[in-house]
Amino acid sequence: MSSTNSAVAYDAPPTTDTPMLQVSGLNVYYGESHILRNVDLTVLQGEMVCLIGRNGVGKTTMLKSIMGLLKPRSGNIVLNGQSVLAKTPDQRARLGVGYVPQGREVIPRLTVQENLILGREARPDKAGRSTDKVPDYIYDLFPVLKTMLDRMGGDLSGGQQQQLAIARALMGNPQLLVLDEPTEGIQPSIILDIENAVRQIVASSGISVLLVEQHLHFVRQADRYYAMQKGGIVASGPTSELSNDVIQQFLAV
Amino acid sequence: MVASILDGIFNGVSIGSILLLAALGLAIVFGLMGVINMAHGELMMLGAYTTFVVQNIFKAIGGPLFEVYIFFALIAAFIVAALVGLLLERGVIRYLYGRPLETLLATWGVSLILQQFVRSVNWVLVFGLLLFCVLYFGGQWVVKRRADFERIKGWSTTLLLFLSGAIALVGGNIVASTYGLAATQPWFGAQNKDVTAPAWLRGGIPIGNYQLPSTRVFIMVLTVLCVLGVYWFLNRTAWGLRIRSVTQNRNMSACLGIPTRTVDALTFALGSGLAGIAGCALSLLGSVGPNTGQNYIVNTFMVVVVGGVGKLVGTIVGAMAIGIADYIVGTGILANLTNIPFLKDFFTFFATTSMAKVMVFALIVVFLQFRPAGMFPQKGRTVDA
Repeated sequence: MSSTNSAVAYDAPPTTDTPMLQVSGLNVYYGESHILRNVDLTVLQGEMVCLIGRNGVGKTTMLKSIMGLLKPRSGNIVLNGQSVLAKTPDQRARLGVGYVPQGREVIPRLTVQENLILGREARPDKAGRSTDKVPDYIYDLFPVLKTMLDRMGGDLSGGQQQQLAIARALMGNPQLLVLDEPTEGIQPSIILDIENAVRQIVASSGISVLLVEQHLHFVRQADRYYAMQKGGIVASGPTSELSNDVIQQFLAV
Repeated sequence: MVASILDGIFNGVSIGSILLLAALGLAIVFGLMGVINMAHGELMMLGAYTTFVVQNIFKAIGGPLFEVYIFFALIAAFIVAALVGLLLERGVIRYLYGRPLETLLATWGVSLILQQFVRSVNWVLVFGLLLFCVLYFGGQWVVKRRADFERIKGWSTTLLLFLSGAIALVGGNIVASTYGLAATQPWFGAQNKDVTAPAWLRGGIPIGNYQLPSTRVFIMVLTVLCVLGVYWFLNRTAWGLRIRSVTQNRNMSACLGIPTRTVDALTFALGSGLAGIAGCALSLLGSVGPNTGQNYIVNTFMVVVVGGVGKLVGTIVGAMAIGIADYIVGTGILANLTNIPFLKDFFTFFATTSMAKVMVFALIVVFLQFRPAGMFPQKGRTVDA
């Protein structure tokens, strides 16, 4: 893991040496099948890290374990200096992790506005949770949402749902945004919108981002990458050093 | 003619509103949470018994206060049923989420336990149970503080269980022999108990030369208030929003920071509390017995299924439809409307309470062949999600 230090020198939004998220020696099983094998991964504060790899290598499993939806058999997950292994997903969310899952998982029979308000649940302070108003910067990032506040979340198109899912995660003022394939199955013009929005978020708020992505253009936005194969990290480094060879090896499906 | 039609509608709506009140809690527990709670009827039964107890207390106090005991009984019934529901959720159902068959069997067992509990509850039983709980859970609390908890967990739990069980048994026996009959006599026994309605609920409201029974009007008003209350709670409050979110997507709701366990417990307690209110209302219509709940459980499940699982409005329409159909078939109004001999015989045959039920259930079976998801199925592109 020599890459951890080199990332700081790399030209990028201001990052510090303090890790936001530190995963060490993580082993996750589905029943008896070993999915993640001794995975180590670090996301520094204010850093954008991309996790790449082909389908079925364990990227989503990794994110689910970080969120607490899956229980690792061994290893440790440290968030902001605090081990979160024993915490439930809702406790982790309130520690500042905003999660945008694969398949978006917008709550289908709630309106867009209600979905957004629920995003506030992750705020640690009670006062922030109570108001019904959605701040303007959310609409600046995703103008399309403002026009469909009263539509059911489940009736939106895939791209709109994806924007809603990201906006919802931002409503909780996360310190770490975890994105699972935000551009999967979405038309190209909206992919660019989403990409720009994520870039703006990182630039303006300085939060950390952990991104799982297959879309190469988006991968290039990240500061560092980790490449996964067969449940383990096999390569890592600054994305500027992400050569075509590596891409051929790990991203081509 | 007009009078008999109005009478039919009133009685149908009246039966429907009782069904609705009984089904409202189930619409939340079964409809929204997807938990098949066979003990729902017993929660109603507990609400009815709570009414009986509250009535006795107010009778002992006497005076004009007795006239308003029913309002205190409603609140008490809600609280008792909600607390028992909470206990049921924390102790049994939360381990069984996503396993409908096991939930069905476990809650059916709980329903049997609750029925026998009201038959045989007396001071000895209550004392023994309390003693056991204090010893066992207190002991667990102490053991958990020890540093070597993980190591001694296995045998200490077994030991605590046996020790507190034995002490509770002995303690109960001592109480029984010291106080004699006063302690060993069952509170309620197996016989049905009668709840006396306050005087203002015993009469009727005259409309022309027809009298509307006050209890039925009271139940209708109560039902409307409960439905409005549930609607308000689910759609206008922060906890209502959380409940709707968790019932639709538990994992994602947790990832948003919603405390799902608290929400589950609260939802279940709310549904159980509504069952308690329904039980309180039922006690005005007939005597209260350990089997009171069983008579309603099938009907209430029918209402929720016919209406469409997960839709409150479906439960409302379903309850009214079943109630009115039940009354119209049961009283033989249909037989009087027709002059064709065969049809007349046919409808007369079904014009008894139990045969009307047969006909209504047969109609439900036919209805569900054509609309398997009920009257108000979930719509939209994410129905299966």
